[in-house]
Amino acid sequence: MTTEASMARVVPERTLLIRNKLRRRHTSETIFRGLGLLAIILALGFVALLFTDIFRKGIPAFTQSNMHLSVTFDPAVITTGPAPVRTAGQTDADFRDLSLKWQREVAMLNWNKIVEASVRAAAPAGYEIDTKTILTIPETDARHRIREMFVADPSLLGKTVKVDVLASANADNWIKGSIDRSLGDAQQQLKASARALIDQFVTNGTISMGFSWSLLTNVDSRAAPASSGLLGAFVGSLYMMLIVILLAVPIGVCAAIYLEEFAPKSRLTDFIEVNINNLAAVPSIVFGLLGAAVFINYLHLPISAPLVGGLVLTLMTLPTIIIATRGALLGVSPALRQAALGMGASKTQMVFHHVLPVTFPSILTATIIGVAHALGETAPLLLIGMKAFVASVPATPIDQSSALPVQIYLWQGNENRNFFEPHTAAAIMVLLALMITLNGIAVFLRSRLERRA
Amino acid sequence: MDTLTGQKMTQTPQTAAMTQAELAGRSVRLTARDVTVHYGAKQALHGISIDIPDRAVTSFIGPSGCGKSTFLRCINRMNDTIEGAKVGGTIKLDGEDIYDPSLDVVELRARIGMVFQKPNPFPKSIYDNVAYGPRIHGLAGSKADLDEIVHSSLRKAGLWQEVKDRLSESGTGLSGGQQQRLCIARAIAVGPEVILMDEPCSALDPIATAIIEELIDELRENYTIVIVTHSMQQAARVSQRTAFFHLGNLIEEGNTSDIFTNPKNKQTQDYITGRIG
Repeated sequence: MTTEASMARVVPERTLLIRNKLRRRHTSETIFRGLGLLAIILALGFVALLFTDIFRKGIPAFTQSNMHLSVTFDPAVITTGPAPVRTAGQTDADFRDLSLKWQREVAMLNWNKIVEASVRAAAPAGYEIDTKTILTIPETDARHRIREMFVADPSLLGKTVKVDVLASANADNWIKGSIDRSLGDAQQQLKASARALIDQFVTNGTISMGFSWSLLTNVDSRAAPASSGLLGAFVGSLYMMLIVILLAVPIGVCAAIYLEEFAPKSRLTDFIEVNINNLAAVPSIVFGLLGAAVFINYLHLPISAPLVGGLVLTLMTLPTIIIATRGALLGVSPALRQAALGMGASKTQMVFHHVLPVTFPSILTATIIGVAHALGETAPLLLIGMKAFVASVPATPIDQSSALPVQIYLWQGNENRNFFEPHTAAAIMVLLALMITLNGIAVFLRSRLERRA
Repeated sequence: MDTLTGQKMTQTPQTAAMTQAELAGRSVRLTARDVTVHYGAKQALHGISIDIPDRAVTSFIGPSGCGKSTFLRCINRMNDTIEGAKVGGTIKLDGEDIYDPSLDVVELRARIGMVFQKPNPFPKSIYDNVAYGPRIHGLAGSKADLDEIVHSSLRKAGLWQEVKDRLSESGTGLSGGQQQRLCIARAIAVGPEVILMDEPCSALDPIATAIIEELIDELRENYTIVIVTHSMQQAARVSQRTAFFHLGNLIEEGNTSDIFTNPKNKQTQDYITGRIG
């Protein structure tokens, strides 16, 4: 093309000069585009790698091995008398004492015998397996389940009922292949007799796989790992999020509004501004130390409570919210401010009637992302004692509690690696789902509010 | 549209002529004496003294950066909002010093409305745009009062016919000219005594400009209007008094017809004839 054109007419020197340069310009543009594309592919690749790894590991934890047993409440084992019945003339206290005495007696019974019997009943007749080994198949909390059933309904004595219990963590590992089946006896978690029986149970339907509700509805458990769940940590995280939203958002937004709109520009405000920016860069573990020193040592707030965790995360989130809000306020066009002031609006009216509504979507997004960030924070929580093993759902924010990221940390360090590796990944999936939901809400609200504005 | 602009052309000389005689009878509304403005170390205005008559249009002309907008913004103290701006001298509205510390700037701005260069309606409904001023100043006793204020303001701004069926739609969805008339309606809804206009037509096309100019001419009957403009034709068309600013100084002021036909100062003459600016 170029030669044709130059043959047709003489190309001026200037144009040639530009053309020469043009080739170089196009090359550099192509290179830059290529690099950009490469960066995107790399970034997406890593994200994809992360997600596939987590999903591959975590999905097995969403199924659990359920054992369907026929439990006989054998009067030979349950030797306590019948539950006390209230008689006329008995005071409340007397009746309660009698009931508790009976419950203690019931608790002292060897419920494992009943569990053993029911597992044996499911096994082929005459299968040779000793008591200790057979009890490694159901999870250790099976006996509590059965006992609680009896306490709730003493008329079960002598009857046979169908009960679903969890298979033990080790049995679960064997079924799912989380442990290498070709390993020798010495390296297996279960004895050969138990492993063979489990395989038979799976074949004859005594053990079946189902959705792992226990992961979502149970609290953490060490004695019965198969039944451990995230509920306690989830509620703990929820409390902390609430505290962060209730404290960090109003304080952060108000601080930003004051600094941006009302504070006179002086050395002091410059100093404050620099320090807020510095605070945003402070490692989160330092906030944990601060929380331990101030909230626990000085103010004597309860250790490992969501309240303290929420306060620490509030401190950590504040700079983020302040900076984002100030940025949003700064972006509001001066025309809008002038319009409001020109109408005789006071400064406060200008801010609250005009500037804030316009910046609301940005502030909201920044807030939700800040809260999501706080939700995933682990380090400061470890320092205020939240890494303790807590096997209960906190009823209030001042009860001891775990938190989702801390639960991940704890499970990650659990000795039963085969069982807890999938559990860790599953907990990560729950945490990620929560964060993606929060960010989704942010995006949704933002687009909705912006369309309305 | 053609008839509209045509009408405007024929109307203009009449307007100017009509007000010549009237103007003498008008009292002075605003008095400025030795007004200076510093932006930090830079002096933007060097001692401006001018009288602005009641119920007439006064236009400020001059090349860019001459200080005409700065002076306009002194009149409703919008310069207060600019970091580092310092205003000296006195400006009196009906004999009252507007820079008196005891005077509330919010009250002042309710008395002196302003229309800006770029139409800047609030991102709210048309109704809420106009109702905003009366609401914050508590001018309407009831919903019916407020409706009345909004409707009459829109009528006065010549926007009623175009928006009466969509008062709840966003003000930012209107065309540029309509937005500017909405801003004028918003300004008059508070019932100001003075309306300041900072190049109100510079962002508009000629047709929208003609409509706004006509509107300014009508508003003159009830309001004292000060308009900053880049267009000398506009100053000639809409104003009765004209002040020429150059490099932060007020070079000359007088009746518009005198300034344009018989300027006393050479700089004014050079500007009007297009030799500077």
